Amino acid sequence: MASAIVSLSSVSSISLQPHAKGSKNGIGNVSSPFPKSKGKHALTKVKCMVATVKVSRFEGITMAPPDPILGVSEAFKASTNEKKLNLGVGAYRTEELQPYVLNVVKKAENLILERGENKEYLPIEGLAAFNKVTAELLFGADNPVLKQQRLSTVQGLSGTGSLRLAAALIQRYFPGSKVLISSPTWGNHKNIFNDAGVPWSEYRYYDPKTVGLDFEGMIADIKAAPEGSFILLHGCAHNPTGIDPTPEQWEIIADVIQEKNHIPFFDVAYQGFASGNLDADASSVRLFAARGLELIVAQSYSKNLGLYAERIGAINVLCSSSDTAARVKSQLKRIARPMYSNPPVHGARIVVNVVGNPNLFNEWKEEMEMMAGRIKSVRQKLHDSLTANDKSGKDWSFILKQIGMFSYTGLSKTQSDSMTNKWHVYMTKDGRISLAGLSAAKCEYLADAIIDSFYNVS
Amino acid sequence: MESVFGSIAQAPEDPILGVTVAFNKDTSPVKLNLGVGAYRTEEGKPLVLNVVKKAEQLLINDPARKKEYLPIVGLADFNKSSAKLILGSDSPAVLENRVATVQCLSGTGSLRVGSEFLARHYHQRVIYVPLPTWGNHLKVSHFGGLEVKSYRYYDPTTRGLNFQGLLEDLNSAPSGAIVLLHACAHNPTGVDPTLTQWEEIRKLMRSKVLLPFFDSAYQGFASGSLDADAQSVRIFVADGGECFVAQSYAKNMGLYGERVGALSIVCKTADVASRVESQLKLVIRPMYSNPPIHGASIVATILKDPDMYHEWTVELKAMADRIISMRKQLFDALTARGTPGDWSHIIKQIGMFTFTGLNAEQVSFMTREYHIYMTSDGRISMAGLSSRKVQDFVL
Repeated sequence: MASAIVSLSSVSSISLQPHAKGSKNGIGNVSSPFPKSKGKHALTKVKCMVATVKVSRFEGITMAPPDPILGVSEAFKASTNEKKLNLGVGAYRTEELQPYVLNVVKKAENLILERGENKEYLPIEGLAAFNKVTAELLFGADNPVLKQQRLSTVQGLSGTGSLRLAAALIQRYFPGSKVLISSPTWGNHKNIFNDAGVPWSEYRYYDPKTVGLDFEGMIADIKAAPEGSFILLHGCAHNPTGIDPTPEQWEIIADVIQEKNHIPFFDVAYQGFASGNLDADASSVRLFAARGLELIVAQSYSKNLGLYAERIGAINVLCSSSDTAARVKSQLKRIARPMYSNPPVHGARIVVNVVGNPNLFNEWKEEMEMMAGRIKSVRQKLHDSLTANDKSGKDWSFILKQIGMFSYTGLSKTQSDSMTNKWHVYMTKDGRISLAGLSAAKCEYLADAIIDSFYNVS
Repeated sequence: MESVFGSIAQAPEDPILGVTVAFNKDTSPVKLNLGVGAYRTEEGKPLVLNVVKKAEQLLINDPARKKEYLPIVGLADFNKSSAKLILGSDSPAVLENRVATVQCLSGTGSLRVGSEFLARHYHQRVIYVPLPTWGNHLKVSHFGGLEVKSYRYYDPTTRGLNFQGLLEDLNSAPSGAIVLLHACAHNPTGVDPTLTQWEEIRKLMRSKVLLPFFDSAYQGFASGSLDADAQSVRIFVADGGECFVAQSYAKNMGLYGERVGALSIVCKTADVASRVESQLKLVIRPMYSNPPIHGASIVATILKDPDMYHEWTVELKAMADRIISMRKQLFDALTARGTPGDWSHIIKQIGMFTFTGLNAEQVSFMTREYHIYMTSDGRISMAGLSSRKVQDFVL
């Protein structure tokens, strides 16, 4: 043991040994380097000012819980049961339950490789060609708002990153303004607004009695919100419920928002994935734009182009003038710079090569229809299996009325847990299942699991 | 119709990235961009490393390759390899699983995630940055929730390190304060402490229980040796203490636009590292959910394959050597011209940047009259120079 006396004011030049492993120091306890020796020459225990931190500065940090959505996949991976089924995260799977890279994406990547483009920094606002095509995809290439240059588009890190940029803009320029989010909504929405420092509250949305939309509640809550609130709307394929307003209902929602001078804030993560048609899925956004309203739209290419891990999306702010749009863009840049400087180039290039290329664009539409089609067909099959196997005569048709990747089963948390613990079906605790992870072959099994959990678990 | 966004003012262009914006708008045939730190070949062209092209070929041609979401912490192989690269593969911290590493968006993203984590979980919210430092450090730290103070660093009279000032300022910092350190090739000055000075800094910081936060954006790029450029970080880790390291692969692998980097937090114990990692995920998820896969898979491919790794070190050294040679040529040209003043700082400084000593007005003049673009603090990027351009620049 070192016999050097460590002086209070200077650090010795000996290399400092980490203290004996396994010695559990409590927080704030400092152990002495000198062992208590027995016998005549017992050293007085020297309390020394430590030369290094004996205990971690981060000792008090607790283990954070796993992410409620992404954690489901982790749990699924850890399971060794052969019957296991991952209906957790919304990532498209083929009938063979394999991840799917779109053919157009492979083609686009080969084109990019052939061209041998460089890897220079993108501008803070992202790839200009990407910003152009993404706006055209969302609003329609011939939408007057584009010609009028009233749209400010900044490439963002998929849906999450784009929402975060907008949230930061709201926090900075609309201090005190609230965002209203649907009850329920995608779990990460709250986290994004919390971390951005934006207050939020909920508007009624899901009606458990009908397993449908509580339209009256929704309208009432939007009306009751303080004027100039931001109303977060799912452009199509509501996550987690799969319940979308009808076109008529969208008109009424727009009326109320207009009346209260609220700002519509769309999250568009499933354009093309809901109905299979890109334009149809953008109709809610276009309806609002056509009314001359200012609005915000976050886009993601994770699902519709299968570019999940490339993190490609955009934040769009439609303003009443081109001058304002330019200024808004400059401020979005100012938010992005201290967060990640500039966005990743690869996913942006893929989107440009698909969406901006007429041949690949058409091919993409076909692949999209195929993916959306497969989901619609397992939806039907699940419904049919439930109806056939459930002898109580319960009406499961709500599953057919829902749209998109997800279905809200109406299962409670304990029932969802039983789905996992007893049936090895991995899903989120709110009763959401991702049909994208369901194969036709597994529909029977899933139906049995749902019926069992619904009736036999309270 | 009046806009709800009507009161939003035009933000100025970013002082560093804005230089390239202005450069691009300039139509002069003799224009020279010595602004942003992006490597250029002798021909003035951006460079994609051969080994990077190879790695990309392999990835894109791999039929089994998927684009599924990475975990929130990023690509596991990438994280492991990155920690080993900066800390050394035989580092006890690595072997003892005491390092929490998360893939982030290059250096900026790593610094931002680290700052946010500290603002939430650390008792000291103040970070000391060197004077001067990369402009974005101040913004990243501030928006990450930290209070920014500075410590003396650059001495304009010697164009070297103000070591006494540095020690004094760190000595008077409150116990536990976070200290930002440039691991090598200080940006913007190019002035680095010697190893002996680093050792003194380490001792002082440990005695004051200051928390080191390294920004390592130029490993391998400064001296040409990956290990040499990591020494500052490694001597801190070797003493068993804790530290943060933000790594970037923008320059040393030329992966600028792919946004690849990592944040490593070296902790006292594996248990702490595991809890720290779980909390880092809570910072990342509401920011962008999980990081981009492309650049990280390129890095992982290269770092894991001994032949590709070797190829990389050779290409890296070539880049570093070209910059060192530019320094020499610039110094020789200035000296040959009999330009008044001592220009030895140009060859004493290290890395991509040199502090010319020009002030904002003089910089403006250089841009207006000669179409030479640089940041207003007089920093020039040596990477933007070529043998021919050196002559133009000197004139």
